[in-house]
Amino acid sequence: MRRHPLWLAHLLHRISGLALALFLPVHFWVLSLAIRDTDGLNRFLTFTDLPGVKLAEFGLVFLLAVHMAGGLRLMALEHLGWTTRQKSLAAGAVGVAVLISGTFFLKAI
Amino acid sequence: MLDLRLYLLQRLSALILAPMVLGHIAVMIYAVQGGLTAGEILGRTQGSLFWALFYGNFVFVVAVHAAIGLRVVAHEWLGLRGRGLTALGWGAFWVLLVLGMNAVWAVSVP
Amino acid sequence: MNARTKEMQVSVWRGTAAGGRYETFAVPEQENQTILDVVTWIQQYADPSLTYRFACRVGMCGSCAMMVNGTPRWTCRTHVKKVVRNGAVRIGPLRNLPVIKDLAADMDPFFDKWTAAEGRHHPGISRADPVQQIAPDNPGRVVANAGIECINCGVCYAACDTVAGNPDYLGPAALQRAWTVLNDVKDTGGQTVLDAVSGTGGCHNCHSIGSCTTCCPNELDPLAAIAGLKRETTRAYLRGRRDA
Repeated sequence: MRRHPLWLAHLLHRISGLALALFLPVHFWVLSLAIRDTDGLNRFLTFTDLPGVKLAEFGLVFLLAVHMAGGLRLMALEHLGWTTRQKSLAAGAVGVAVLISGTFFLKAI
Repeated sequence: MLDLRLYLLQRLSALILAPMVLGHIAVMIYAVQGGLTAGEILGRTQGSLFWALFYGNFVFVVAVHAAIGLRVVAHEWLGLRGRGLTALGWGAFWVLLVLGMNAVWAVSVP
Repeated sequence: MNARTKEMQVSVWRGTAAGGRYETFAVPEQENQTILDVVTWIQQYADPSLTYRFACRVGMCGSCAMMVNGTPRWTCRTHVKKVVRNGAVRIGPLRNLPVIKDLAADMDPFFDKWTAAEGRHHPGISRADPVQQIAPDNPGRVVANAGIECINCGVCYAACDTVAGNPDYLGPAALQRAWTVLNDVKDTGGQTVLDAVSGTGGCHNCHSIGSCTTCCPNELDPLAAIAGLKRETTRAYLRGRRDA
């Protein structure tokens, strides 16, 4: 019953959405350092040069891209009445996300 | 725990977010080249009405979208319902909105 | 039974709404055997107190649906060979429904939701009027035909993860019937149906996971029907706002 392509697409969408929602407050807090503590922000940005952090950043961009692509897939499926192409849409959504986040990763390193 | 109104709000916010996310990712890919510094970020954003409006809107729509999403997940995975669920939805909305607007303010107003 | 008869280990849910556990029986393997045959064998030769539900045995009535290795199936149409793994199989009552006893699930919530979704005919004419002529290729009729073969077996309802997380959700079967009724040219329920599927437990809770469509033994497509309801409720809402 489970572990079919659309079930996985849904799980990926939910996990990425949850992770993004939890990450956002941290992201906002770091940016707000800009006004109170520019050195603090710079220290943080130096910290983001570490390879491990780079990988985590790649992960976040991937989550953002996969959530967007997955959401567009869902809306296309619901509102354009496509039924037989769902699985290729789901796979395509992940593909687009990998492409976008891969570009980010290559530029970042 | 989605009625028609929340569903439409979720889909509408998603449609607004999609191009903004693409824009945000494009800015990120451009910005991270050669490393990030506070000065570089602020040089781009400070005093720019365009970026203030772009990210101000982004934050508002994200707060709506994420709050509705968290509400659904909290109901389905944690069994939260009734007043607790309403409180969680609004709480998430305000936390994201206030923190996000604070960040937009910090990087765009010198 | 000769010495060469192999046996399989069948674990079967025993218990009531108050609780229970899986009990394992050794059941002789046959060349041709369905899961329903296995359950019947256990009741007739191992434990007569085993409770289960069936009627037609040929995939027409929809009353013998159970969880087989975690997947909802018509047990009468499920060959043992298709589902047995390493000589073992696990059989339980339909998911997402209260258990009456052993393998018999309480279908009341399922049919209550069917009613709540307005899955009934809303007539526009009386017996005094002439019979309405509906062309077979009428677009509404074609859509209604796609879902008309549902026999309320509850397989899609048991397969649905959204029902599992959100007990108020009407579920795929009731919503597909609402979609069928909405498209039936002879039905005048229109807005009543759209309102019934737009509440807190309505079609908008569906996450398009599609386990309903994957599992439906009649190869119906509740996923597409629910997507249709989402489109029509959205359209009606926006139209209503414009007219107001």
